[in-house]
Amino acid sequence: MRITNSAIEPDKLRQLLTGDAAGAYVAFEGWIRNANEGQDVLRLEYEVYEPLAVKEGAKIIAEASVKYPILQAECVHREGLLEIGECAVWVGVTSVHRDEAFAACRFIIDEVKVRLPVWKKEYYVNGDSGWVNCERCAAHSSRKATSLRA
Amino acid sequence: MNKNITVRYFAGFREHAGVGEETVSLPAATAGDVYELLKDRHGSQEPLGHCKVAINDEMADWSAEVFDGDTVLLFPPVAGG
Repeated sequence: MRITNSAIEPDKLRQLLTGDAAGAYVAFEGWIRNANEGQDVLRLEYEVYEPLAVKEGAKIIAEASVKYPILQAECVHREGLLEIGECAVWVGVTSVHRDEAFAACRFIIDEVKVRLPVWKKEYYVNGDSGWVNCERCAAHSSRKATSLRA
Repeated sequence: MNKNITVRYFAGFREHAGVGEETVSLPAATAGDVYELLKDRHGSQEPLGHCKVAINDEMADWSAEVFDGDTVLLFPPVAGG
């Protein structure tokens, strides 16, 4: 798990995962899109609390390795100001067969979105800006809090 | 009894508080108490369960006990990816 303030280059990152035992490689790239919830987005700013983002990301990858028989997994998340079309997050997974690589990649990106201490501020075409409140993440935290109380 | 707690605010919480970090004296037993007692500072209307907390750089539950000298990190709802 790595946090970077320079451009994510998936072609370079996939080279971290090569190995003769791998029969499948699955990657996910999250990109900055030009609209969110009806608003035209100009750019995005990611704030990351790196010490815990790295720790929590490593934990997620370790969980994926226990849950699925994969060979390797890596994840890189951007911080700072990003323009439309830039890659915000990359996940790459290798395994012997494709099923576990697809499943583990999905698991990692889903957990990264709801568990990493990362926040994004959208800057809109109309000059406004605002922190994105991830509703699904909030629901995830509520469920966890409820189950902890139970 | 009050405890000296160093509180760190992130993203929208920091913008509302106007500072990234401050040390406060609070009658707090748990991390959840810190969040509730500092509502005017972070300005969040979010239920506790929507936010996250860390104590001394370890993710924690809101029910975790806080001690004099702890650093409590208050995280607004996250939105990575």
